[in-house]
Amino acid sequence: MGQKIFALLFLLLFSSASYSELVIRVTQGNDKPTRIAIAPIDQTGIQTGEDISRIVEADLQRSGLFETIERRDMLAFPGRAQDVYYRDWRLLGTEYLVAGQLRSVGGGRYQLEFSLLNVPAQKTELTHKVSGTMTQLRDLAHLVSDKVYQEITGIRGAFSTRLAYVTAIRKNNKYTYRLNVADADGAREKLVLESGEPIMSPSWSGNGKELAYVSFETGRPAIFRQNLVTAERQQLTNFTGLNGAPSWSPDGTQMALVLSKDGNPEIYLLDLQSNKFSRMTRHFAIDTEPTWMPDGKSLLFTSDRGGTPQIYKLNIATKATERLTFTGNYNARPSLAPDGRTLAMVHRQTDTFHIASFDLKTGRMIELTETRLDESPTVAPNGAMLIYATKQGDRGVLAAVSLDAGVRYVLPSSIGDVREPAWSPFLR
Amino acid sequence: MKVTSIKSGLSALFFAALLAGCSSNPVVDEQPSSTDIEDTSVQTGQVDTSEIEDVAVEAVTADTIFYFDFDKALLKPESRAALLEHSAMLQSNPRNVRLEGHADERGTREYNMALGERRAQAVKEFLVLQGVSPSLIEVISYGEERAAAYGSNEDAWGLNRRVELK
Repeated sequence: MGQKIFALLFLLLFSSASYSELVIRVTQGNDKPTRIAIAPIDQTGIQTGEDISRIVEADLQRSGLFETIERRDMLAFPGRAQDVYYRDWRLLGTEYLVAGQLRSVGGGRYQLEFSLLNVPAQKTELTHKVSGTMTQLRDLAHLVSDKVYQEITGIRGAFSTRLAYVTAIRKNNKYTYRLNVADADGAREKLVLESGEPIMSPSWSGNGKELAYVSFETGRPAIFRQNLVTAERQQLTNFTGLNGAPSWSPDGTQMALVLSKDGNPEIYLLDLQSNKFSRMTRHFAIDTEPTWMPDGKSLLFTSDRGGTPQIYKLNIATKATERLTFTGNYNARPSLAPDGRTLAMVHRQTDTFHIASFDLKTGRMIELTETRLDESPTVAPNGAMLIYATKQGDRGVLAAVSLDAGVRYVLPSSIGDVREPAWSPFLR
Repeated sequence: MKVTSIKSGLSALFFAALLAGCSSNPVVDEQPSSTDIEDTSVQTGQVDTSEIEDVAVEAVTADTIFYFDFDKALLKPESRAALLEHSAMLQSNPRNVRLEGHADERGTREYNMALGERRAQAVKEFLVLQGVSPSLIEVISYGEERAAAYGSNEDAWGLNRRVELK
């Protein structure tokens, strides 16, 4: 009975908290996920609304690589490695176990000490201490997920990263556009900019401290940059025609962007120190959506110079261009994985727009999504997943798919159209 | 004025008949006629003026929205007549106009910004060829950011691939 009331209360809290935030559902997971138990963190005497173990569980589930053990099946809730009876966990078929405890260390700070245990080998793989304030408990939880994920898969975890995205809410034939930043799991949504005029194309700076975006607030499109901590902002362009598709260079000194002041859309580089523009393309076709190769020496972009939109590569020093895609009648909005080899893009074979991955070495194109009107792919900084915008009914939502297409989930939002996700770089 | 008095007279009769039918008490017969006259005269006055305005607006205005095919920026033949009318008006009566180009939701957002601009440029070129000063015309693209029709179907997409003259 007591448990039931607790569950109901949790549901109520959860649903009211999720009203304006994204909620994640795994629709398809990995074939052979690793079985892992996240024991409830021992937080005796500490009052908090956050359930650290649940956050870690949700993180690992979302990766599609893990299957978590139900809390009600656990025989004990150990807080430390020395309190673990391996036999209890072997009975549940558990491969790994996370145990931890949260303690107040004074000055408003809390320390979380946790261990990852290998159950069949009966050994402690790692023990870490992380600390923060009461408002950082979600950050501590994501750090646990990052460490556990990296230890087991060998790939750096990206649970402590963030997402920027645009929402559009229509009411009485008037739009409200919002640029938001949230944690990678959709929690803690924060407003960056609100406007009655369109907001587009958010792009992260390499250090994750700033966003560039397009805003129509002056009555025309213009590119702005905004510091996420101080909210200080600066208008970077104010040309006749298009001012769009900003993309920060990997070293943060330049921005690739699109201007049509010469009569049609061309790609430019803006030196952020000298404020000088240099023109990169010279063609009567549409050239747009530039993105950087990791070495900062070339750009990938969309052009319809061959009759249909396709992906091209541009050498910044020589300005030489090379067409990369030949499969499909629409390939656009390239987004590069951190390996510099896998390219995600909007792809149309005949009729439907999907997200596809393209191997720059082998030239192999693979469709990753099965939804419709898919656009704006953005790859996680660890290259495991990508998030894109799609339609559910008539509503814009965000969805995720792993780069091997084995894992998918949708991030529905309660209000408005959600669009144009941009995944942050690693933040620490 | 004559129409009004006849109408109010008619409705007074109607209300009287209604009341007579409903009520079994003949004494109230006299009462409603005075209140009825006030009501009906106000109503007829409003209807008359708004009708006259509607007709006047439609008579002098050519189409201000021009539609396009998917991924195309070619003017359709049916846009010609209205655009010729606009170019004549802009030459005899110069004013600053804005051409707002739009795309449907299919394809990527920045590519659609470019496509919306291409469509608005096509309309501008037509007007300039007819003799309108290019300095009067501002071109701006909204891409797919400001849909005129909602829904993910051919009808809505067709209404969204457009240039609006403002």
